Amino acid sequence: MSFINYSSREINCKIVYYGPGLCGKTTNLQVIYRKTRPEAKGKMITLATETERTLFFDFLPLALGDIKGFKTRFHLYTVPGQIFYDASRKLILKGVDGIVFVADSQVERMDANLESFENMKINLDEQGYSLSQIPYVIQYNKRDLPNIVPVAELKKVINGDGAPDFEAVAANGFGVFETLKAIVKLVLIELKKGS
Amino acid sequence: MYEEENREIKAVVERLLRDANAKCVYLVDKDGQLISASGETKNIDATSLASLTAGNIAATGGLAKLIGEKEFSILFHEGERDNLHISVVGQRVILVVIFDKRSSLGLVRLRVKRASEELSKSIQKLLDRMAAGAENENLLKEITDDDIERLFH
Ligand SMILES: Nc1nc2c(ncn2[C@@H]2O[C@H](COP(=O)(O)OP(=O)(O)OP(=O)(O)O)[C@@H](O)[C@H]2O)c(=O)[nH]1
Ligand SMILES: [Mg+2]
Repeated sequence: MSFINYSSREINCKIVYYGPGLCGKTTNLQVIYRKTRPEAKGKMITLATETERTLFFDFLPLALGDIKGFKTRFHLYTVPGQIFYDASRKLILKGVDGIVFVADSQVERMDANLESFENMKINLDEQGYSLSQIPYVIQYNKRDLPNIVPVAELKKVINGDGAPDFEAVAANGFGVFETLKAIVKLVLIELKKGS
Repeated sequence: MYEEENREIKAVVERLLRDANAKCVYLVDKDGQLISASGETKNIDATSLASLTAGNIAATGGLAKLIGEKEFSILFHEGERDNLHISVVGQRVILVVIFDKRSSLGLVRLRVKRASEELSKSIQKLLDRMAAGAENENLLKEITDDDIERLFH
């Protein structure tokens, strides 16, 4: 839930990166962290296993700048994608303002993408949200790999609702900021009309 | 705008800091947003603290449900030098007290209990006002596409 603090003149929003295991959620945050100037970012927190799989969440606070004299702060979180961490995913979705769904473009990950997308809808419903009311964008990641599903096909399967979507190679940064910018924009527009 | 409620909250927190002999006191929203920080806060990354505290409360809340409890409203972590007392106030806000040898768990508990009652009233007032949200609208109606575009340059 976005949080407007009038005494410190801040707008705070929470954005969650969701998607199947190994699709590149943590990589997105790492790229954003590396390429953001020091004064605009806080510490990145990573709660991961020994093998660098997200265990609870990654967290990256960004201060993008002012709007009408209000500082805008975006708190980026990733969920753990592995199926058995579902309890943690539910917790991280609490208070979400916008979602980036990261899909893995590889043919063999299509089932995992679908399963994760369905899981996200269920978890949102449980929190009393609905995907139709929450701003979200979709990222088709790993476009550099050989065995990938054509974008048209991906769109058909996981973007029936026509959310803004982007191709990406998070590992080298391609498409990462485009995706972030799109979700920030949607969240602010929602704030503007919502409250 | 909300000045009155914010002043009330600040006053309670400052008093808790003194009465409990604490090093610092933080108020954090359950979603992980920092509301206020008082005391010797210079060497602690407040944003990280807020996010991890909220994660901690969320995780123990999940555990509580698993075993049929509503929530664990108090968490205590003991360190070699500093200790962490975390409690949920008014079901919505988290109060974090960091203290060392100059204080004790008993004292912190006692003072937190009193402060919680006062805080939960002020916080409820603040939340009601914010829910009314009239002021949000004024500000946000004026955001333009250009404003959003500029954030990224
Ligand atoms: N080839 C390729 N590899 C990528 C790309 N993006 C991420 N990876 C790699 O995929 C692996 C998993 O990336 P992570 O970002 O850790 O995946 P995750 O979604 O956070 O995974 P979980 O934490 O388990 O949910 C890493 O080895 C990344 O380097 C990409 O665009 N192309
Ligand atoms: Mg990860």
